[in-house]
Amino acid sequence: MSEATSANHDSHANPTGWRRYVYSTNHKDIGTMYLVFAIITGIIGGALSGFMRWELAEPGIQIFHGLASMVYGFEGDAAIDGGKQMFNVFTTAHGLIMVFFMVMPALIGGFGNWFVPIMIGAPDMAFPRMNNISFWLLPFAFALLLMSLFFEGAPGAYGAGVGWTVYAPLSTTGSPGPAVDFAILSLHLAGASSILGAINFITTIFNMRAPGMTMHKMPLFPWSILVTVFLLLLSLPVLAGAITMLLTDRNFGTTFFSPEGGGDPILYQHLFWFFGHPEVYVLILPAFGIVSHIVSTFSKKPIFGYLGMVYAMIAIGFVGFVVWAHHMYTTGLSLDVQRYFVAATMVIAVPTGVKIFSWLATMWGGSITFRTPMLWALGFIFLFTIGGVTGVVLANAGADRALHDTYYVVAHFHYTMSLGATFGVFAGWYYWYPKMFGHMYSEFWANIHFWLMFVGVNTIFFPQHFLGLAGMPRRYIDYPDAYAFWNNVSSIGYLITLVGVVAFLWVMLEAWMKKRVAGDNPWGEGATTLEWTLSSPPPFHQFETLPRIK
Amino acid sequence: MLSIATGLLAFTAALFPSAALTQEGQPADRQIGLQDSVTPIMDSIIVFHNGILMWIISAIVLFVTLLMIYIMFRYNARANPTPSKTTHNVAIEILWTVAPIVILIVIAVPSFGVLADQETIPDGERKYLGANIFSFGDVEMPAPELTIKATGVQWNWEYDYVDYDGADYSSFMLNDEERLAEKPSEPRLLATDFDLVIPVDTTVRVQVTATDVIHAFAVPSFGIKIDAVPGRLNETWFNARKTGMFYGQCSELCGKDHAFMPISVRVVSKEEFATWIEAVQANGVAEAASVLSPII
Repeated sequence: MSEATSANHDSHANPTGWRRYVYSTNHKDIGTMYLVFAIITGIIGGALSGFMRWELAEPGIQIFHGLASMVYGFEGDAAIDGGKQMFNVFTTAHGLIMVFFMVMPALIGGFGNWFVPIMIGAPDMAFPRMNNISFWLLPFAFALLLMSLFFEGAPGAYGAGVGWTVYAPLSTTGSPGPAVDFAILSLHLAGASSILGAINFITTIFNMRAPGMTMHKMPLFPWSILVTVFLLLLSLPVLAGAITMLLTDRNFGTTFFSPEGGGDPILYQHLFWFFGHPEVYVLILPAFGIVSHIVSTFSKKPIFGYLGMVYAMIAIGFVGFVVWAHHMYTTGLSLDVQRYFVAATMVIAVPTGVKIFSWLATMWGGSITFRTPMLWALGFIFLFTIGGVTGVVLANAGADRALHDTYYVVAHFHYTMSLGATFGVFAGWYYWYPKMFGHMYSEFWANIHFWLMFVGVNTIFFPQHFLGLAGMPRRYIDYPDAYAFWNNVSSIGYLITLVGVVAFLWVMLEAWMKKRVAGDNPWGEGATTLEWTLSSPPPFHQFETLPRIK
Repeated sequence: MLSIATGLLAFTAALFPSAALTQEGQPADRQIGLQDSVTPIMDSIIVFHNGILMWIISAIVLFVTLLMIYIMFRYNARANPTPSKTTHNVAIEILWTVAPIVILIVIAVPSFGVLADQETIPDGERKYLGANIFSFGDVEMPAPELTIKATGVQWNWEYDYVDYDGADYSSFMLNDEERLAEKPSEPRLLATDFDLVIPVDTTVRVQVTATDVIHAFAVPSFGIKIDAVPGRLNETWFNARKTGMFYGQCSELCGKDHAFMPISVRVVSKEEFATWIEAVQANGVAEAASVLSPII
C-alpha cells in the first residue's frame, strides 16, 4: 500500500530508461512510440509491395517461386504453387499492415495522441493507463500477423492468402490451416487497441477541453480525430463480430457463412463492409484535419468556412455508414438495392467537394510560403482530387460492372490511401517534427523526399487506371502479355518511390545528427494553435495551469 | 482514349488475314481504355464512361489543378505579402455545395438507366439503351433463347447448356506447352481447352454459381461481371452481335490459381452452334471441336 502511494507521487518524477516507454502513461511518449511503430511497419508493408511490383514488372512468374523455396523450402513445381499462394499472402499482409499497422497508428495513435490533448489545452489523455495498453496491444497484434506467414493456410501452402477482406468461404473451408486464425486474432487485438483508443479520445475531447474552448472553437485536427474515433467505435465491433463468426465457422462447426448449413457468404461481405467502408474514412479524416492546419498556417490565414469543414467531416462520417454495399455491386444485389447504394455513395462527393474547395479558399488571398509541410499538403489536395473523382466513377454500379475488382479500383484506393492518407502522414510529420523533437530537418532534403515520392507514386498508380479499364483483374500474380507495358511502368514507379523512402530515412538521420534548434514556433504568424505556444519539444507535462481560450 | 485503343485493336486485327473466326475481345498492348463492345450493355457502359464520366472527372481535375496553380502564383508570399482575413462567403459556399449536386444529378440520370439494363433480363418487349444512353431505349432485345450455367471451381469453369441434355463440360486454361501445341494463335493465360460456345445475335441467360469459394464470371467485351457464390444462383445476360473469340478472367480472389482460370467465349454463327451442340450431345465436347471453324 505504501509502495503504491509513493509510486503515485513519484509519477511526476519522470521514469527513465526502458520503463519510461514500456510503462508510459504520457501521451507524448506513447504518441512517439506509435509513430516509430508506424515507420517500422510502413517499411515492412512497403517491402511486401516491392516484391509484388518486382514480380509484376514482366509477364510470367519471375521471383515468387524463388522466394517460396527460400522462405518455405519448396522445390520444383511445388515452389511454383507455393509462390502463387505466397503472392496472395503478400497482397493480404500488405493491405492489413498498411491499414491497421501503418496509417491508423501514425494518424490516430501518433499525431492524435501527441496533439489532440495539446490542441484542446489538456495536460494529457483522459485515461493514460488505457492509452498505454492501446499502444502495447499493437506490437502483439503485429507479431500475430507476422507469425501467420509461417503457418499453413491453404492446403499445402503457408500464410493467409485471403485478401485483407478475408472473404468466406476462401477464409474458412478454402484455407483450413491455422494461418488464417492467426490473422483473425491479429485483427481482434488491433481492433481492441483501436476501440480502447477511441474511447479515450472521445472522453478526452468531450471532457478535457480548456476553459473557453467550446466545440465550435476546437481546432480541426481534434475534430477530425473525434469523427474518426466515433467511426471506429461504431464499426469495429461489427468487424469483431464478423471475424469471430469466421473463427467459429473455422474451428467449432458453425455455419454462419456456409450455405451447406444455411449460412450465407454474402452475409460476411455485408458485415465486413459495414466496418470496411467507415474504415476508409478512418484512414483519411485525420489527414483532412492535418492538411487544414497546414494550409492555414502557410497561407497565414484562418481556415475558410470552419463550420462547413466541421460539418462536412461529420456528414462524411455519417453517410460513410450507409454506403457499404457499393463494394458489392457484383455479388448479385437486387436492382433496387444497387440503385440505393449508387445514390447514397454519390452523396459523399458533396461534403468531400466542400473540403477541397474550402482548402483552396483558405489559400485564396493568403500569403503562401512553400515550406516542406505545405508541399505535402498541396500534393495531398491534388492526389486526393484524382482519387475522389475516380471514386465518383466507381460509385456508379453501371460503370463499376466493367471496373469492379480490376486495377482501376487498385488505382482509386491507392490515390486516396497510399497517396492521400500517406501524404497526410508525411505532411503531419514534417509539420510537427520540429515541435515533437525540438530540432529542424533539412528542408532541402525533405523537399527532395517530397518530389521523389510525388513522381514515384504517380508513376506507380496512374498507369493502373489504364490496366483496369483494359480489364486487368486485381490480385493476379501473372497477367496476359498485353498488360505488360503499363505494369512495367508501374514497377519503375516503385523504384522511384523506393529512392524516396531512402531520402526520408536520410532526412531523419541528417536532422538527428545536425540537431538544429527549431524554436517554439518555426512556422511564424500563421501557426496559431496551442502547440506552438509551448516549447519544442513540449515539457513532459504541459498546461499544469490550464490555458484560457477567448 | 477509346480511339487509341480501337486503333491498336484494328492494327492487331490487320496483322491477320480475314478468315473464319478472329480474336476480338481481349486487351491490346498499351491499351488505355475499355475493351471494345459487342453487346448493347457494353455499348452503354462505354458511352457512359467515355462520353460522360471521363469528361466530367477530367474537367474537375483540370479545374482544381488550374485553380491551385493560379493560387500558387497569385497568392504566394512574394506576390501577396499581406494576407486577407476573409473566412466566410456564404454565396460561394452555397455555390460549391450546389454545383456538385447538379453534376451528380447529370451523372445519375444515365447511370440508373445503364444499371437497370444490366440487371433486367430481356423479355422480348423491354427496350434497351445501347449506345444512346440519354434516350428512353430503342434497342430491341429478344427474350433469352439459350441458358448457360457457369460454375466456378478451384480453378476452372464448368459449363452446362441446361436446355440440352448431356451438354456440359469443364474448361481449363491451357498451359504454355499445351497452348503452343493446340491453339498457338490464342493468347497466353486466356486460352482454354474447351471454349464456351455461343451463337451470335442470341440473347443468352447466364446463371453463375460456385462449388467451393467465391469466383466471378466476367467478359469485358460483353460488359458482364457477376460473382459465382456457393449456395447461390446469380444471373446475368448478354447478346453478342459479332462472331469471334472473347476472353475474360476470374474476378474474385479464389486462391492460388486465381489468375489461371480464364473464361474463353467462342461466338459462332447460329448454324455452326446448332451443328456443334448436336455433336457435343452425340460425341462429347472433345470430338465436337472438329466441327468448329478454325481460329486465326
